[in-house]
Amino acid sequence: MLDINAIRADFPILNQKVNGKPLVYFDNAATAQKPKVVEKAIIEYYETINANIHRGVHTLSQLATDAYEESRKKIQHHVNAKSDKEIIFTAGTTFGINLVANGFSSFLKKGDEILISAMEHHSNIVPWQFACERSGASLKIIPMNEEGDLILEEFDKLINSNTKMVAVTHISNALGTVNPIKYIIDEAHKVGAAVLIDGAQATPHIKPDVQALDCDFYVFSGHKICGPTGTGILYGKEAWLDKLPPYQGGGEMIKTVTFEKTTYACLPHKFEAGTPNIAGGIVLGYAIDYLNGIGFDKIKAYEKDLLDYGTKKLLEIEGLKIYGTAKEKTSVISFNIQGLHPYDIGVIVDKLGVAVRTGHHCTQPIMDFYGIPGTVRASFSFYNTKEEIDILIEAVKKAKQMLS
Amino acid sequence: MTIKEVQQEIIDEFSMFDDWMQRYEYIIELGKNLPLIDEKYQVEENLIKGCQSQVWLHAEDKNNSVVFTANSDAILTKGIIAILVRVFSGQKAEEILEADTGFIDEIGLKEHLSPTRANGLVSMVKQIKMYALAYQAKQ
Repeated sequence: MLDINAIRADFPILNQKVNGKPLVYFDNAATAQKPKVVEKAIIEYYETINANIHRGVHTLSQLATDAYEESRKKIQHHVNAKSDKEIIFTAGTTFGINLVANGFSSFLKKGDEILISAMEHHSNIVPWQFACERSGASLKIIPMNEEGDLILEEFDKLINSNTKMVAVTHISNALGTVNPIKYIIDEAHKVGAAVLIDGAQATPHIKPDVQALDCDFYVFSGHKICGPTGTGILYGKEAWLDKLPPYQGGGEMIKTVTFEKTTYACLPHKFEAGTPNIAGGIVLGYAIDYLNGIGFDKIKAYEKDLLDYGTKKLLEIEGLKIYGTAKEKTSVISFNIQGLHPYDIGVIVDKLGVAVRTGHHCTQPIMDFYGIPGTVRASFSFYNTKEEIDILIEAVKKAKQMLS
Repeated sequence: MTIKEVQQEIIDEFSMFDDWMQRYEYIIELGKNLPLIDEKYQVEENLIKGCQSQVWLHAEDKNNSVVFTANSDAILTKGIIAILVRVFSGQKAEEILEADTGFIDEIGLKEHLSPTRANGLVSMVKQIKMYALAYQAKQ
């Protein structure tokens, strides 16, 4: 088991009062808190080696470049990519998906199909709608059932030789469903389609193995895995990244520039125009080290325990319904109480020190599917405790009593 | 009563409450009790979509003043709508345009009128002012 007291001591933000009550932070699916090692690494970078990278011959620039590239290697090993050329630093998941969708649209034509799922975050819907608008391709949707599982029989019917891209989330941010992405990837490859996996919600809980998965692209955000905001990773198979046109033009991404013609830099720099978030990229490596130091197996088991406990306790509240009851799910509980609006519940529990997310969670199609305006979402991390879940339960009960 | 007078009246009412819970219970009561809008006006074109809650706002001209009715799907939002309607409805267009909503801070509900809340209330106040502007132009 985890040494929870030691872990909580790594996160100073947790040890404070909000609205006069001890903070219970259950909005981890939105962003994770940062351990001291990450905070320290940011300060240390700026105090010791801050310089622009890949440009200077001076020592600081070299040190910063080395640290940045070392972090890239660390991330390569973390996701088990074949080469560090396949690891592109981005500003986050949204940026990564837009980069791929934008470039991929140049390969598409009328009659081609892009397949996404009914439980995608808006950031894995809208970039593909852009790609369809540009290319004349059409967007198809893998439906889901009441439990929040994808209906694979429908996926089997939808996938065909016109399918050029399948873009699905590894884990649903609103429901917590873990999707059978290995099956989806294999079936997509049988018809020659590329596959992008949105790993934003998976990477806080799972160490992805991109070679075992055999996905073509895997994107995730740094801030959800205890790293800084404005950081993210796009993994792409080298062959795909070679083929994909650059997204942004500028410094760093070029080999030669004349007014007549520009040739592009090699991977990964082809996709990293301009001065990147250097501190963020370096520190992301520290965040990943921190999580691996605890161990993803332990994190998974601990969070499963919190999920089971939270689910059981919440369901004891009369009139409470949980959305997303897939067999395989992560520590996300989306719920509503009959007759009450999620916003009202969210405001009251916040007054009691409990931070949850309310609303549509950037997944309006899921809310439309259930015919609800939104949900209250409590998402647990490895630094949360059962005692905190008890506080949530009491807060929700209080909200129910005040609002009913 | 002028807008300022109504606002002062509300501030006085809220000064009787000791803590947030009493204030919220009062807001919830306001939200529960009032029939705030005629059903025929609770339609798409009167809808102000917030990220968190939705607000419907209807305005009409009556005896040289602007009468507002409004509603929300969330009860806390609805309670604050009741307060805003009490302040702005039935007032002259030019007075509505001049008025501010600083009194909301004084009654300890500042966060509900914050642009980051995305509950539709900030847009509602903007819309109230737009209607007042339109009525003023008509006169």
